[in-house]
Formats: sequence, C-alpha cells, structure tokens
Amino acid sequence: MSNSFIDEPMTEAYVYETTQIIDTLEQLMISSESVGIFSEENINAIFRFMHTIKGSSAMMMFNDISTLAHRMEDVFFVLRENEQVKYDFTLLVDVILESIDFFKIELMKIKEGERPDGDNTDILAKVSVYLESIKGCSTNNEKAVAKQTEKQNKVNQTVKETGVSTKYFKANLRFKKDADMENIRSFSVIHNMNELVEEVYYKPSDVMENDEASEEIRKNGFWIICKIKEEEERLKNYLKNTIFLDSLEFNEIESEEYKQLTTKFQDKISTENEWNKNKNSLKEKAKQIEKKAKHEVTMSSSQSIISVNVEKLDSLMDMVGELVIAEAMVTQNPEILSLELESFEKASRQLHKITGEMQDLVMAIRMVPLSTTFMKMHRIVRDMNRKLGKNVALDVLGEETEVDKNIIEKIADPLMHIIRNCVDHGIESEDERKLAGKDTQGTVVLEAKNSGSDVLIIVRDDGKGLNKRELYNKAASQGLLNRPFEDMSDREINNLILKAGFSTKEEVTEFSGRGVGMDVVSKNIESIGGNVIVESEYGFGTTIILKIPLTLAIIEGMNIKVGEARFTLPIVAIKESFRAKEMDIIKDTEGQEMIMVRGLCYPIIRLSEFYKIPTQVNTYDEGILIMVEENERSCCIFADELLGQQQVVVKTLPDFIKRYKQIKGLGGCTLLGDGSISLILSIGEFDLSSVKEKYNNKEVKP
Amino acid sequence: MNEELNNVLDVMEEDTQKGKFLTFSLGNEYYGIDIMYVTEIVGIQPITVVPELPDFIRGIINLRGKIIPVMDARLKFKKNPKEYNDRTCIIVVDVLDLSIGIIVDAVAEVLNISEDNIVPPPNLNSGGRKYIKSVAKSNDNVTLILDCEKLLNENELDELMIANE
Repeated sequence: MSNSFIDEPMTEAYVYETTQIIDTLEQLMISSESVGIFSEENINAIFRFMHTIKGSSAMMMFNDISTLAHRMEDVFFVLRENEQVKYDFTLLVDVILESIDFFKIELMKIKEGERPDGDNTDILAKVSVYLESIKGCSTNNEKAVAKQTEKQNKVNQTVKETGVSTKYFKANLRFKKDADMENIRSFSVIHNMNELVEEVYYKPSDVMENDEASEEIRKNGFWIICKIKEEEERLKNYLKNTIFLDSLEFNEIESEEYKQLTTKFQDKISTENEWNKNKNSLKEKAKQIEKKAKHEVTMSSSQSIISVNVEKLDSLMDMVGELVIAEAMVTQNPEILSLELESFEKASRQLHKITGEMQDLVMAIRMVPLSTTFMKMHRIVRDMNRKLGKNVALDVLGEETEVDKNIIEKIADPLMHIIRNCVDHGIESEDERKLAGKDTQGTVVLEAKNSGSDVLIIVRDDGKGLNKRELYNKAASQGLLNRPFEDMSDREINNLILKAGFSTKEEVTEFSGRGVGMDVVSKNIESIGGNVIVESEYGFGTTIILKIPLTLAIIEGMNIKVGEARFTLPIVAIKESFRAKEMDIIKDTEGQEMIMVRGLCYPIIRLSEFYKIPTQVNTYDEGILIMVEENERSCCIFADELLGQQQVVVKTLPDFIKRYKQIKGLGGCTLLGDGSISLILSIGEFDLSSVKEKYNNKEVKP
Repeated sequence: MNEELNNVLDVMEEDTQKGKFLTFSLGNEYYGIDIMYVTEIVGIQPITVVPELPDFIRGIINLRGKIIPVMDARLKFKKNPKEYNDRTCIIVVDVLDLSIGIIVDAVAEVLNISEDNIVPPPNLNSGGRKYIKSVAKSNDNVTLILDCEKLLNENELDELMIANE
C-alpha cells in the first residue's frame, strides 16, 4: 500500500494543491507581517485557504492536518466576523507559521509515501488558546460597540447615570499550574474588562510583548487595579469566570492608595479608541501596500497557469530538435539542390523561420521566474531576525528574472546559505551599527538580473564587510597560501572564503565569518556551470555574486574533429587556438609533450591518443592546438581541425553507458545540425591533474 | 453474458503479446526476443563511437532526438564481425527502463510459439549460452529465445568484474 500511495492521482493532486496553498499562505504571512496587520482581504483569503485544506485533508483522511486547519479556520472566522476584535498580530503570525511548518512536514511524509503521523497536539493547543482569547474579546466587543452608540445618543445623561459612585479595587489573579501562556490569558482578561471599568492598570505591564511575563505571573500572580463606577459584583463575577483561574484576591482600596499604585504600575493600557485609531492607520497602510503587492502577484503568479510534467517538456524539446533536423534534411536534400525552385526556396525559408521560433519557444517554456525561490528567503530572514534578535530587512529585486527549472532547484540551497551568512555574520548587531553610524536596520539586497547568456544573482549586505588583512593572515596560517599579501588582488583575497577548509573556527566572527560552508556553495554553483564572485569593502558590506548560466540545456560550444569522431568544447573553457610548429614542442624524459607559450609551459593532450581514435593527422602543422582553462589550470588539446562554433543542446549520455562506466572527460553529448552526435568534453576532468596522472602511470610501468 | 464477454476480452488483451517473439538471424542461427521488450526496429544508422567502451558496444545513435547505445549481437556472442549492409537492423529494446539497440544481421518475422514448443536450454554453463532463456521449435527451425534482462545486466556485471581485476 505505502509504495503505491503516491501513485494514486488523488493523493498526488492533493499534495500538489495543498503545497501550493501553503506556499501562497506563507507568502501572505510574510507580506502581512511587514505591514503589521492583516487586511480584510487577507483574512478572507486565509480563511478560505484553511477551509480548503481542512476539506481536502478530511477527504483524504489526514485527520491531524484537517483538525489543525479547522482550528485555524475558526480563528479566522472570528476575525472575519468581528472587525472590532483586537488580536495579537505577531503571536498570530507565529502560530500560523508554526502550523504551516507542521503542514509542510506532513505533506512531505505523504509525498514520500508514508503515513502523516506528526503530533499536532502542541500546536493545536496553542491555536485553541489563541482562539479562546480572541473569542472572549469578540463577544465583549460587540457589546461594547452597542453600548458606545447608546452612550453617544444620550451624552449628558450618561454622566449623571453612571457617575453614581466611584470605587477602587485591587485584584490579584493566579492561574492554574498547567494553564500555560499566562501572558495571553492575562491580556484577554484585561482586554475584556474595558467595558466594566473606567480605568485599569496592571502588572506586569508588558504581558503581550514579553514572553517572560508568563514567568512573573506564575510567580507573583497578575495584578490589576481599577477604577469602576458600576457594581463591583459584575467585575468580581467576571474575574471569577476567567478560564484556568486558580485563586482570586479582590479588595476595595482607597483612592489615595489607588493613585500610589497607578504611579507604580504606570502603564495604562491603550484604550479602545487608540487601538482602533492605530488599527485604522495600519489598515490604510496595508491597503496601499496590498495594492502594490497585488500588482506584483498578478505579474508573478497569475491564475492561468497549468503544471506540466517536466518529462513531457523534455520530450517536446526532443521532438522539436528532431523537427529542425528533418527540416534541414528536406530543404538541403542533395536531390533538389541542383534544381532551381523559386517557390520552394520561399516556402522552405518560411518553414525554417517557424521551426526556429518553435525551438526558442520550447526553451522558454522551461524557464521559471525566480520569485518562488526568493520568497522563501523572506521566511529565512524573518526567522533569523527572531532568533538572533537582529533587525535585518530583505529587499528583493528582479525576482521576475527567468531561469531554467533545473537550475532553480540547484541554487535554492546555496542561496539560502549565503543569506544566512549575511544575516548571521555580515550584519552587525544594532548597537554596533549605531556606533558605526549606520542605520540600525541592516539591509540585505537580493537581486537577480540578466547579463548576456548568464543570470546574475547578487546578494548585497551593508554589514561589516571582509577584513582582507585578517583573511590573508588566517589563510596563510592554515597553509593555504604562499604568496605575499601585496601580490594578491582584492578579488583573490576575497575569494579565499570560498576555499575548502578555510575558517569554520571560532574567530569566524572577527572577519564576518563567511567561509562556513562557502566552499560548498561555490562547488554547487560550479556544478551547474556558474561561478561565485565575492566583493567587499571593509566596514561597508559584502557583495556575493552568483553567475549562473540561463539554462543547463544549452551551451555555446566549439565543435572539433578527431579522426571520424566529433567533440564539442564549451566555448567558455577555450582560451585560444593556434597551430604550432613541430619545433616548438618539447618532450620530457617520459615522452610527455609540452609547448611553451609566452613563457609558460603547457602540457599537450592528444585526443586521438587519449581516446585511441585512429586519425590521419599526426603532426602538429596539420592539426590544431586548443588551449583550454578551468579553475586556473590549463592545458592544450590537440585535435585534427575546428569545425565551428554553435549553440548546442546538452544531453546526457545514455543511462546504460553511465551505469557501465564513467568515461573520463566526457560530460555528455549533443546533436549537431546534420543529426550526427558529438561528444561534449568536460575540461575539468582532463586538465593538469589528468596529465599528471598519466605521468605517474608511465613512471610506474617500466 | 456481458461479464463473460468482458472476461474473454480481458484475457485476449493480455494475451496479444504473449507467446509472440521477434526473430532475427545472426549467420545461420535464429534468435527470438519476447515481443514485449521490443519498441521498434530501425535500419542501420551512423554510429558515433564512444571511447573506452567494450568492443561489442559500438557506440551511440540518435533515435529521433533520443540518444541510445547500440550493441552488436555478433560481437556480444563472440562471433566474427560482419560488414553492415541493407539487411542489417537495429532492434530497439526497452528493458528495465534502459533503452538499447541490438544490431543484428536481419530481422525475420514475428512468430507465435505455443508453450508446448518451448523447452529449457541444456544445462551447460559455458559461453554465450547463459543469455539463452529457452529453445523453441517452430516450423522446421529451432529458435533460441534470448533473456533480455540478462543480456543487459549480465554484461554489466561481467565487465565490472573485469574492470576490477
């Protein structure tokens, strides 16, 4: 059963749908949080989302997910129905994000074909408590509103009527031991007292903002003093009915004492009006931002999107490639080339244009905007802000930039790593920033843009930057360097942080700590044919630039010929090509050929020998040498001739061959315009190391 | 009545591929492959040589944008190689999610062979016989039925062992 689980189309659809909802929900949360309030529309949207999750999960019998979603739905139902409800926004966001994480984990399990068996009791309890607190608010609030209007109708009378006698009371509330979240409970008590009392003060005063308040309440109880004009019985009853109440002291006090205590407690809770005013202004702000956000949303994730299996796209691309070849076969058929056919020429040109456009289009289909990946970074920055107590804002630019689907998957992790490093080590604490004369809020800018056939992803922070001297000393002490400081360019020094084995020690923070796993980042990026550039100005921040190719599937290649075989070299790896004279070639005692070019000695690899391909071209004045470079190591490849430069679609070697053996130096294969196959050379696998190996072998053999 | 018909249809559908074999020739011998594995038959195509592979894997071909390796059955069964000609065919088989082309002298026909006519091969552990799943009698000929899964995986193991030595 468990294996065939995901095969069921129902489950697949469920997972897909729910994942999408959760992603949208998460984005919504993060964007709402930046505003500080949920707009009406957002509340409705979240309510609907939760409702959908609840429904579909219940249908799929994932009860844990369903009950949690149901509870969340309840919360938002209350918020939706009662606009006047005061609720603790940050706490709500926390609870929701926690639920989202729960959903995500469960969905992952379902996807893997396991039973979703996560324990939702903790989070469920949290949501329930929250729900209670706002529910209490809402019912009382309704009354309050009604009362207020009443009051306004008879302004003069009220003063006389209610102003019978003023009494002062002091109350101490203690909650049961297992009540938990005392601060929220206390807050809801205060909150709902508003209509019963004239004035109220309480201690600890920061119940909502401070989680430690719970501790204090547990120890000393929750103190309330208030001034009332009504029957004290009502208030007493109200307090008695507090949920989870353990004991209640309720005493009348003199106005003198009251005044003394008020100065002690000092903190008057914001009155209803203030709250509303606050809320309204925030709402105004939320609306404005939402307008902007809406615009963006329609741009990035509009409704008319269907999801297609990538395999289908791949085969479509294959078919189109085939079509292009077939077209060449027809239009350049030797049997018609000798004929002069004017209308045929015209028609074939038209055909050529259409097939070309089709090819471009198919490539474009695989392109996905970076926005979803970038959105995830918001969450990371938010969580880190919370955890580290930092104040860092993330600015995202150019998230509509499109990149091949495969690449997106591969850059998410490295990007996350870089952002973490920026927030953790790059940006200083608020105090340090103040001292340095910077804005207390740190900024990390995440930007993507196109540049030729590459996409640049730039992560820029305005933190403390890299201290080059320290970097150098550190690397030198680890034996990674043997050049003097003055000889190294800034870029070389900055790139030290990408070296494996560099730092990860305690002093990390001294030079902003990049280097923890940065070598992994740079390896990952290199594996997709990109590279990492580090720029930094000490004291002013660091910029990390990821340069990645638009797509994995297409490279600019140089086709070469050796005997009957054709090979393709990535054009980025080629430094130059030249014809050497026999006399320029040097042989060492092992017979390894080398050539001196501009004072530097390069080893030569004869492809025909390397792959044992029979060829007519054996002397250097007949063939051609191609100097290639990767990772600052180079060599010269000897081939028969250059065939020309061309954009090629990279295909992997068949699985059968890959399983059989990893052939050295072959990165894949591609189809040339005439339908024949060319093998793509992966330079990194040759290079100096490979030459050295050859050298060693020869040494061993005799 | 209807149900009966459905059952009959079901059985028939299942059976359309059962007991059918694609036969081909290598020299004087006839071999058969369970039709279930065969995806298509194409004429000989230009083959791109891939270095560092054993000689019976001739290289890779471009099959409508899909790149598949091709194996020469003659070399695989340690027979003398033969020039490719118009009759030479590549039988594309799909076994355990691997696609591979098998180069044969000529494709003969699709045969229906009833189970009564299929016997296990003599129990000898030598040479190429391990790729033979069974021996079938049809008309007056004897057809050697190939074990496709072994054909692909066995050599992998073999070669790995050789490589390790």
